[in-house]
Amino acid sequence: MWNRLKALIIKELQIIWLDKKSRYALIIPPLIQIVILSYAATLEVKNISVAIYNQDVGWYSHEVIARIKGSPYFDKVYEVQNLAAVEEAINTQKVIIGLEFQSDFSRRMVAGESTTIQAILDGRKANSSQIVEGYFFQILQDFSKEIVRSQQKETQPSIITNFRAWFNPNLNFIWYTVPGLIAILCTVLVVSMASLSISREHEAGTFDQLLVAPITSWQILLGKSIPAVLIGIGETTLMILIAMAVFHVPFVGSIFLFYISLIVFIISLIGIGLFISSFSKTQQQSVLGAFIFTVPAILISGFVAPVEYIQDWLRWMSYLMPTTYFLVIIKSIFLKDISFVKIVAQIWPMMLISVFTLLIALFAFRRSLD
Amino acid sequence: MKILKNKKININTQRLLGYIQKESLQVIRDPSSIVIAFLLPIILMIIFGAVSLDIDNIKIGLVLEDKSPPARELASYYQGTRYFTVYMSDYRKALEDAMWESKIRGVVVIPQDFSKKFYQGIPASIQVLADGSEANTANFVLNFSEGITSLWLKEKEKEKETETGVFNKGLINLDSHVRFNPELKSDYVVLPGAIAIIMSLIGTLLTALVVAREWERGTMESAMATPIRINEIILGKVIPYFFLGLGSMLLCFLITTLFFGVPFRGSFFILIFATSIFLLTALGQGLIISTAARSQFVSSQLALMIGFLPALILSGFVFEIKSMPEFLQWAAYIVPARYFVSILQTSFIAGNISDVIVPNLVILILFALVLIWIPSLRVKKS
Repeated sequence: MWNRLKALIIKELQIIWLDKKSRYALIIPPLIQIVILSYAATLEVKNISVAIYNQDVGWYSHEVIARIKGSPYFDKVYEVQNLAAVEEAINTQKVIIGLEFQSDFSRRMVAGESTTIQAILDGRKANSSQIVEGYFFQILQDFSKEIVRSQQKETQPSIITNFRAWFNPNLNFIWYTVPGLIAILCTVLVVSMASLSISREHEAGTFDQLLVAPITSWQILLGKSIPAVLIGIGETTLMILIAMAVFHVPFVGSIFLFYISLIVFIISLIGIGLFISSFSKTQQQSVLGAFIFTVPAILISGFVAPVEYIQDWLRWMSYLMPTTYFLVIIKSIFLKDISFVKIVAQIWPMMLISVFTLLIALFAFRRSLD
Repeated sequence: MKILKNKKININTQRLLGYIQKESLQVIRDPSSIVIAFLLPIILMIIFGAVSLDIDNIKIGLVLEDKSPPARELASYYQGTRYFTVYMSDYRKALEDAMWESKIRGVVVIPQDFSKKFYQGIPASIQVLADGSEANTANFVLNFSEGITSLWLKEKEKEKETETGVFNKGLINLDSHVRFNPELKSDYVVLPGAIAIIMSLIGTLLTALVVAREWERGTMESAMATPIRINEIILGKVIPYFFLGLGSMLLCFLITTLFFGVPFRGSFFILIFATSIFLLTALGQGLIISTAARSQFVSSQLALMIGFLPALILSGFVFEIKSMPEFLQWAAYIVPARYFVSILQTSFIAGNISDVIVPNLVILILFALVLIWIPSLRVKKS
């Protein structure tokens, strides 16, 4: 019996591995993606362009502009001669923020009156313009505080915020993007591989041969699953090495716990893939089915935005995706050194998903046997 | 020579129509194409609409070590804002554990000496801890917390000023106006952008699969053995999917404007025109992929890598292109979706800004010409 299973596993591995193109399609894309996407998939806003219409000739407005130029976030500063040019620069997406200083800006500052800077933001970049406004507000606040401090002898009540980011002290965005990407790429790879495994036989007409072969249906499923588990583990390991070597993401947790969770995760993905596969007659249907699963998985599993920001009526769907749980695990193990007990809370839902989907796949498979 | 040239240009309308009919029937009879063209957009639009990038209600813990009025008042400021959902506790350790387990994203501690220092006029300090494994949220925890303390301080100062009659000076206020999207709703930006993603999925993935299937089954060779020309095959494949794509575009448009209430301020004609051009680039990519790969598995992986992921990540739709490293900024220039996203976002919420729409449209047309031309070369060679 084990010999037959072994033969099936070897055959499955050969199908994927021996064809040069499918071998490359398996190995190369995730590796390129992990490198490129890690740099790209960040909500950080840098290299900001700003248009400034300064009607003031005094020192204060020039000091504010100098501080903008000195800020690491701002890159290009366009000084323009009228308000229409500011609007134009916003409309054509040349800049994301436009500023206007009134001609009495410095005079009012000298007189100790409060003044107002007009800012225009591009609403087409809803997220970024909020962040840019925050950066600029910070520059103004620091400047205001310095002025107040230099002018007044009497102490003002103030609050100092001692900020510490645990697990990622410098708030390095790459540290949180890369582990998340590994989980996402692993999802895409394993689900698309598993979802094609049965429909490929259907399409090639070899499904009937499989049916008359002296193996049971669960052996067929095992024979389809084990190669996918092996390839999934191998690929994920490669991506982890890249994360550590290229991006210097620390791996502070337990490697043993990581691989245990990874195996459970991959099995649950295979369950979903086989579930899709058992309902598809053609490879095209499988691929589309895999897409209908993976695209939402990328969006609502907590990779793009934390799960708690997803609207209530859709959040239950996040909890049907194994990726949601594995994202918590992979981020925790990379950065937090989380304990086994806390990981179990994320592992059992994945096990439940595996059992449920594999049973349905087995059932659907058996039915096609009859 | 002359014959060859004729062969290249000559397209037999009748044959082409026959082929289109065959392809269209195939689309209609295989429900999975219909599913991807109509069900997938609905699912995706709803998901894109539900995943909000608007950061609010971040869960944080708050420890009041100081129970005097100023500390309590500051705490009520934290509780009163929509940016945070606050869990109060006297046990700092419990909150820190919750942060370990990702149940909350930050902890604010108002220490025992807070009000004492505050009354004495010494800078009082508070502690803000954040979960750095969610770097973006951690940033917002800090920014929002600073916003709240400065708001509270201003309020306190105002109280003092009205009491003493002495007014403080020299503050710079910021008066911000947001163009096109005053409430900064992320749906307004994300949903139009999502249309580009869906179009590239339909165009690239579907054509890649359909053509690869012909190669895989060997029916491409049989088709080539018939009098039908390669250009006719390509056109015959592209045209039905082109209309399928347009249909699904209309569906997306209706969901975006009617269901999610995103305004449409541009010209509908330009929208349809730009979509048609973009669909051609996507279909071209699909054809290139399938003729290069010739297997459905490889094609689907490549479609994902060349079509879908760049459209999602390098198009400026969620992630800011200018914030990326330089080599990616260069790479983003060859992602057609980038130009389409720009047209979509501008058309929906800004209107007809020709300085944005015309250049982007011209570049898209160039892409379309190149991407439709390449596959006809490739197939001929083989």
